[in-house]
Amino acid sequence: MSELSVRTGGQAGDGIASVGETIARCFSRMGLHVFGLNAYQSVIRGGHVWYQARTGDGRPHSQGDGLDLLYALDKPTVEIHAAGLRRGGTVVFDPEKFSVSASELPAGVTALPVPTLEFARKHTSQSILQNAGGIGATAFLAGIPLDLLHQVLTDSYGRKAGDVVTWNLGASADGYHFAEQHASAHVSAVRKGGAPKLLMTGNQAFALGAAAAGCKFLAQYPMTPASGVLHWLAAHAQSLGIVVKQAEDEIAAINMAIGASFAGVRSMTATSGGGFSLMVEGVGLAGMTETPVVIVESQRVGPSTGLPTKTEQGDLNLMLGAGQGEFPRAILAPTDAKDAYLATIQAFELAEDWQTPVLLASDLHLSESHYTVDREEISLDIEPSSLFTVQPNAHEYKRYQYTESGVSPRALPGQPGLQFVAGSDEHDERGHLISDTRSGIPRWVAERVRMMDKRMGKLRGLAADAAPPVLEGPADAPLTFVAWGSTVGAIRDAMTELAAQGKTTNLLYFPTVFPLDATRVGSALQRAHRTLLIEANYTGQFGRLLRAETGFHLADRFLKYDGEPFYPHEIVARGLEVMHHGGQ
Amino acid sequence: MADSSARAVTTPTGSPLPLIGKSDTKPTWCPGCGDFGVVAAIEMAVKRLQIPSHNVVIVSGIGCSSNLPHFLSSYGFHGLHGRSIPVAEGVRWANHGLTVIGTGGDGDGFGIGAGHFVHAMRRNVDLTYVTMDNQIYGLTTGQASPTSAMGQKTKSTPTGVIEHPIEPISLALASGATYVARGFSGDVKQLTDLVAAGIQHRGFSFVDVYSPCVTYNKINTFDFFRQRVYKLESAGHDPTNLGAAFERSLEWGDKIPIGLFYKTDRPTYEDLDEVLAAGPLVLQPAGMKGRTDVLDEFV
Repeated sequence: MSELSVRTGGQAGDGIASVGETIARCFSRMGLHVFGLNAYQSVIRGGHVWYQARTGDGRPHSQGDGLDLLYALDKPTVEIHAAGLRRGGTVVFDPEKFSVSASELPAGVTALPVPTLEFARKHTSQSILQNAGGIGATAFLAGIPLDLLHQVLTDSYGRKAGDVVTWNLGASADGYHFAEQHASAHVSAVRKGGAPKLLMTGNQAFALGAAAAGCKFLAQYPMTPASGVLHWLAAHAQSLGIVVKQAEDEIAAINMAIGASFAGVRSMTATSGGGFSLMVEGVGLAGMTETPVVIVESQRVGPSTGLPTKTEQGDLNLMLGAGQGEFPRAILAPTDAKDAYLATIQAFELAEDWQTPVLLASDLHLSESHYTVDREEISLDIEPSSLFTVQPNAHEYKRYQYTESGVSPRALPGQPGLQFVAGSDEHDERGHLISDTRSGIPRWVAERVRMMDKRMGKLRGLAADAAPPVLEGPADAPLTFVAWGSTVGAIRDAMTELAAQGKTTNLLYFPTVFPLDATRVGSALQRAHRTLLIEANYTGQFGRLLRAETGFHLADRFLKYDGEPFYPHEIVARGLEVMHHGGQ
Repeated sequence: MADSSARAVTTPTGSPLPLIGKSDTKPTWCPGCGDFGVVAAIEMAVKRLQIPSHNVVIVSGIGCSSNLPHFLSSYGFHGLHGRSIPVAEGVRWANHGLTVIGTGGDGDGFGIGAGHFVHAMRRNVDLTYVTMDNQIYGLTTGQASPTSAMGQKTKSTPTGVIEHPIEPISLALASGATYVARGFSGDVKQLTDLVAAGIQHRGFSFVDVYSPCVTYNKINTFDFFRQRVYKLESAGHDPTNLGAAFERSLEWGDKIPIGLFYKTDRPTYEDLDEVLAAGPLVLQPAGMKGRTDVLDEFV
């Protein structure tokens, strides 16, 4: 595809993410698909941050490789990123801040000095406009119409004082016209697409999906990279009628969500691995009391505090094993924002239908990257079913009644005549404890086994209801990439690149990583000529799960644990290596 | 809570709905356990307020006293050790038409669950939290608890406790609880009054109950408390005076006060949450059907 990547870099506190998002939003309003990568460090001011907006006439699934435009707010940005500039590319910078010589740039790359500070001073003495001239110049080079840029800027400053908007429009127009007059190359080949697209992060998609699914309660403790879920729902709590509670810790968050769900509203919590580690006992509580709860687990680099602002898929083992003992759960792994929206709706349905916890496995790359979505792709037309399913005063009501499916009729507090106690101890059909005075007595030993069989039996239904693995690409391709979650994006882009080189590949990915339908997965793996497992962790956690469930050992693997997202070129190189030389 | 549920609710046919009573599960506590007095007081208080049993949810953690929900005919949630309060808060926010009572012990509430206890009080969530405080870990067979006295010898402190005990009443006062009382399971009549008034109070009501463990605590026995407790209402204590309440809460030794330490009015969390102001969440519409306006911000 014809593509354009615009990168902005500088120090934390320079407003890099907002510059980057402005450019990304201009593209999405032009009807183009965009992928936006926000790369930052665990510091509020200082350090190096950058944002890459990638667009083109196709749908970019990742940040891609290389860049065409670099707007550098400081010298280190040039030093770090210039090498990635493609022929015909341009570096935009302010010569009042630092200089850039041709020798620092790859061949065929131009430096465009833009007096952004001078433009800013024209409009105000306050030091708040330094980015506007740079955005204007960059927008011109990216082929963004000035009036569109101005609309996006006006909308983003909407609620602030009028002067700030006027100054920004003025200074960005100055930068735009300056580039028009002085730029030697107009790099952009992208042109307006169709209707404007929606630009959102994975976290926003999780939040939207929850609201659409009928979630009425979120309890969450702030933790990167999951906080975006809390922020979006908190901002829309009143408008959507959702109670959003910042809890005192993650233990409280999951227990609050369980309490709210027990009392009859769809509930969710979101966190990263550290917070999820604290929630572990609560996951088991939901499993034991058969209380639906949806948990977003957005992974970041571990162990321990790890790299808080970098991505990894290192928590799969934790998600699979969270909680003492055994109980049914499902783990869904959306690949992009559209998927995150749809998977969240499915997570609520599964949790409610099977009365058990459902995890949404995300990671920093999915949670915080920007993706474009077409309105038609995310229907809001979801009719949440009523949770009142048991008739009041039902005869001989048993909350944990043995059933074929393992799912028992669920009464809600406030319904007359159905009172029961939900217990974390082992219990009988009516919720009475087996633990205290009955455990070890033969009749109740058998009852424990029956209750365990009932609960665990729900795994069969979960496996049948959850989305099966997806095979993308020609069925008989000589190489099959095997992946889950956000890494699928870079693999899709790599497959496009490989196809351009005449190499056919396909992709087997897993919208549901647990429970797996072993027969179905086994036959999918059986059909693959050669596989390459791709995961962002050290031990190949999903590969281990696949082997445990199906017996297939995926020997060729590309595992990354450097905190950086996969780049398509890395996957292309590894794919070619496996195809030609048989891998490791 | 009190204004909506203190009225007797009737079925469509006009017959009154059942009030709370004992369940068909018999308490499993040791004979003579203080907790018998607490379950009796809760049952009588709820009955007195004419709250139908289906509108009551009793939430507990883990420990001897946390088995309490099983012994009454209301709804119950018997959760994790130390986590009764967040579950109770979730129940309350999902349906604030319900009367929510948290129950548990001193280890559950002031040890592993201390953080939740403090935060629920500053939030002034409208629930009633009754702790059966026996200054010992009973279900795990006799280790020191956060309220065990300095020097107390237990299985985990064979040479005596060397940590200053938590004083639950002082902690509650400092954390912003709006109804703070102490009862004694040897005085079920007063305890019933304290619990009933706590349920009626709008806001976080805390009732710490001296509820002796007859098996593992040979110091803080029924006799120990009987010889020492005196009633605040007979001692001229003014329960609107926070400073006086603090002073009384620090009394320990020959004279130990029981009764209402402090009561004040402050908006509850449910009053201040803008979504809950529209009524119980469980009855509000769910989903985003037709709300295409929500997507406009992403353009």
